[in-house]
Order: sequence, then C-alpha cells, then structure tokens
Amino acid sequence: MKVVVCIKQVPDTKGGVKFNPDGTLDRGAMLTIMNPDDKAGLEAALRLKDQYGAEVTVVTMGLPKAEEVLREAMAMGADKGILVTDRVLGGADTWATSQTLAGAIRNLEYDLIITGRQAIDGDTAQVGPQISEHLGIPVISYAQNIKIDGDSVIVERQYDDRYHVLKAKMPCLITALAELNEPRYMTPGGIFDAYNAEITVWGRANLVDVEDSNLGLKGSPTQIAKASDKVRKGAGEKVTLDPAESVDYIIDKLKVKHVI
Amino acid sequence: MNIQDYKGVFVFAQQVDNELSGIALELVGKGKDLAKDLGTEVTAVLVGSGVGALADTLGEYGADKVIVVDDPELKEYRTEPYAHALSSVINEFKPEIFLVGATAIGRDLGPRVSARIHTGLTADCTQLDIGDFPINPVPGKEQLHNQLLMTRPAFGGNTIATIACPEFRPQMATVRPGVMQKAPKEAGRKAEVINYNPGFTPNDKYVEILEVVKAVSDVADIMDAKILVSGGRGVGSPENFKILEDLAEVLGGTVSCSRAVVDAGWKPKDLQVGQTGKTVRPNVYFAIGISGAIQHVAGMEEADIIIAINKDETAPIFEVADYGIVGDLNKIVPALTEKLKVELAEK
Repeated sequence: MKVVVCIKQVPDTKGGVKFNPDGTLDRGAMLTIMNPDDKAGLEAALRLKDQYGAEVTVVTMGLPKAEEVLREAMAMGADKGILVTDRVLGGADTWATSQTLAGAIRNLEYDLIITGRQAIDGDTAQVGPQISEHLGIPVISYAQNIKIDGDSVIVERQYDDRYHVLKAKMPCLITALAELNEPRYMTPGGIFDAYNAEITVWGRANLVDVEDSNLGLKGSPTQIAKASDKVRKGAGEKVTLDPAESVDYIIDKLKVKHVI
Repeated sequence: MNIQDYKGVFVFAQQVDNELSGIALELVGKGKDLAKDLGTEVTAVLVGSGVGALADTLGEYGADKVIVVDDPELKEYRTEPYAHALSSVINEFKPEIFLVGATAIGRDLGPRVSARIHTGLTADCTQLDIGDFPINPVPGKEQLHNQLLMTRPAFGGNTIATIACPEFRPQMATVRPGVMQKAPKEAGRKAEVINYNPGFTPNDKYVEILEVVKAVSDVADIMDAKILVSGGRGVGSPENFKILEDLAEVLGGTVSCSRAVVDAGWKPKDLQVGQTGKTVRPNVYFAIGISGAIQHVAGMEEADIIIAINKDETAPIFEVADYGIVGDLNKIVPALTEKLKVELAEK
C-alpha cells in the first residue's frame, strides 16, 4: 500500500504572536512549523505504515527552505520526501497550488492521499478537495478515524452535529483534522537518518499534465485587491481587585450597559 | 469564457435533514444586497431529496428564484453528487456570483465545485462588497467595475485580505456562518421555482454512507446566545465548569469554551468558539480562564461587551476585553453568581 501525504511549512501563528503598538502583527520573530493538520495526516499515514507496511511519501510545495519539514516528516518515519519548488510556481492561490500538487502526484503511485484539512496561515481548507478533483478521485474531508477494508477505506467524517461513516474505493483523498491523533515525536535515530536522507527536488518540468496557464501567480484566478494587518479595537480597562470588589465592578458594568 | 454571459447572484441553500441551515437564509439576505447593487436577482439553489417545500421559506426571506435539484441520490450530503448538482447548475444557468456557506459541508463542496468548473474560490469570507478592481486606478491596467470584493481573515485572524476574481466566473466565495444578516421575513412572498435535474449516475467517486451518527445533545446553539459564559483551560477541570453553568443560568446565558477545553475532552466541539470553532457575537461575552490565543479572539472579538477574568495579568485576552479583571476565577465567579441572584431578585 502506498500513501502520499501533502504537508506545508507555515509560520507559527499559535501562541507567541505579538502585536506592534499600532495593533499590527509583529512578524519579526515568527518561527515555522509543520502545519498541525498536516502533521496529524502524516501520523495517520505512519500508523498505516505500522499496521499494513504502507510506504509513506511526503510532498511539499514551497521555497527551498521547506525541505526542513520534509526532513522532520522523515525523522518521524516517512520513507521519501519530495520538494516541489520553482520560481514559476510562486504566488499561487489554491487553484494553482492544487494544480501543482496534482501535477507532482501524477508521477507517483498511490492508494491514499492524505492532506491536512487546512493550513493555519491561509485557513482555506481548499487545496485537498481541489487536488482530488484534478486527479478524479473521491475525497473525504474532516476525517476523524481511518480504517482500511480491502480495496476501500472506511472513514468517520465529521460534521457540526453528527458524523458519517463513509466507505470509499481507493485511490481516495482524505483531509485530516489535528484532532485525529497525537503525532509521534521524531526519534534520535530518525533525525540522524533524515539529516542524511536524499530529498527529491522537482520543478516545473516534473509536473505532469499541467498547463503553464494554471500555475503560479499568473495561473491563479483569485487576485489580492488589498491586504492589511488587522487593526484591533484597543484594550479596555484592566483592574486588579479583591474578589468582592471584582464582583461589584462587574455588576456595575452590567448595569451601566443595561445588561441587567 | 465570455464573462458577459454570466448574470445573477446564486447562493447554495444548505439543508440538513430537510431543514434549512441558518447560513442558507443569511446568504439569501446577503445575496439580495449584492443583487441590488448589480441590478440583478438572487437565486437560491436547493439541493436534496424531497426538499421542494423549502422553496417557500427561501422566497419569504428574499430569494427571487429557487432552483431545486431533487434526487434520491442527494438525500444525505455526499461530496460527489452535490458537486455534480452545483457544477451542472452553474454550467446551465451561468451566475456571475456563487456563494456557499463556510460550513463543514460548504468547505468541502465549494473547492470541489470551483476546481471542476475552473474558477477562483475565496474561503471563509466575513465581508462581501461590489466594487472596482483594482480598488484604485493603476496606470496601464483596466479598472473593472461591478466586481465581487471578498474580504477574509488570514494568518489566524492576524491579517485581513480583500480578494477579487476578475477573469473567471462565477466569482465564488464561502461565507462564514453568523456574520451576514438574513432579511426580514415577508410572509407570502413567492419565489419563482425552477426544477432542474442533471441526472445522477453513481461511480467510484460516490462514497457509500455506512452509518449516520447524530450527536445526542440538546445543547443550545452558541451562535444564537445573547450572553455567553465561556471557559478555557484555566477553569481547571470539567467539573469546575459548574460555576460557569451557574453564572450562565442566572443571566439566561449559555456556556461555551475555547479549543483547549475541547482538545482536553472537557466539552463537545459544538461549544467551541474560535477560528476552528464557531464565530459568535453575543451582547456579553465572559472569557473566564481563557488566555486569548489569536485563534480564539477571531471567533469572539465582535461581541458587544467582553469581560475577561484571568489570574495572569499578561494574558492576551486583556488586549481585547472591554473590562478585564485580574483575579482568581474560583473566587470571583461563584460570588458574582450569588450577588447577581440577589440583584435580579430585587428587580
């Protein structure tokens, strides 16, 4: 069984986010991490490796620096890493990104493709379903639990007030939620091996069945009209009082605002 | 693609178990505003099995037309037949705008449809306007009018971006639930109903539903609550949420929570506020023992009044709170509940 996992290197927006005095984001000290939903997808793939001996290939699209997340994935147990990087791929929206990744994946054999539901920088949740559409395979989004059943996969698919137990014939694409599992840590031996492992690097020429007109900024149907750091409303009052005074303070505010 | 051929604002009228989702009417309301700006009509696209009666409701809330795609294959939501339904409607009726709710259904369906018909899709929009692109004239570049300008948060709510889709149609967006307003109901207002069935032939892309497991819960929808008493990891234990429930009860409010609480298994996901939970805008939001990670703030900063109680005076929640109290929630919250009981009894 062969599993392809798409992962993305993202700025760490969790915790550690600091604002400038004018309310804009201070990007200076932002670290990069493997996108959490993608890491859960990788963990799900590694469990299929543990259980069924699946071969796990990780694919990322990004700047050359994105090689770091491939090495991290290999230190966790992935077998192969493929970096798709090329200047002409830059500035891609989700259409062009999904075209690029589909073009890369067409080189590979796969029974299952796993992507994270969404990346914490863009939060679109679009690339996984779009890849599946380009490849003409079924998609199951928001996966909570993944089991293999012969030539099919059985997945719990989460909705707001319910879940569906779905059965899809492989090949199939699944988008994983960070809640799916607790990703394993890299092992010291794994880190050593991953540091020395060969990463496959692909550029535009390696993409199969993709027109130039569907790649990069020029191939992106959506265009940014305006972007700005969000200016938040300022902080209000902050008080430190003993509990009884705190209670009086809150009740006073609720009265002033006609809540009670 | 001849862009001039594409006319009208279409919205996906999501239904589950043959009940319209809240987002369906919100999109009809927003679609009506956009259609007015463009001098065109708003059409709701209703997809399901035995759902035709819902067209009346869509008409009363402002839909000019309702396209009904009704087929037994569409009884429960599945990506492939629903994507086939919407892309067939788009190819047949050629709308200039197509809006879908950014729900667990819409965020799966939207990308699949946009990829099939080759257009752009902007995710999770919180504002939609008709305007020019580029927004300000740029020498040497034609400024296009009557474009859909789609505004959305990114970077975990740290930035906002406005996106256009000038060269492809329809301009597609998923829209965050709870942000747009539905129009007032006009009893008896009728929409023109068009039945359309493109034919559904199951193939390998049709997944099989083995089981539908509905969450057994009678929890109130936190998106409708006027007062939310929201707890974070600082509450300390699932049992200790009792003090929040008591406060919510005396105020006629509802308990909600942060992602950390859901991840710890203390509360179900449908009570989660934030980027990966729900967007709420109650009159009063109590943030109790919530540090205020940016992802949480993105889901509650539109509340009219934010009251934060946290023992850590450096907690980022104080940067958005109208009233911040640095102190021990275990002492303040029960005392607040008791005093409120007395105050309200006097009234």
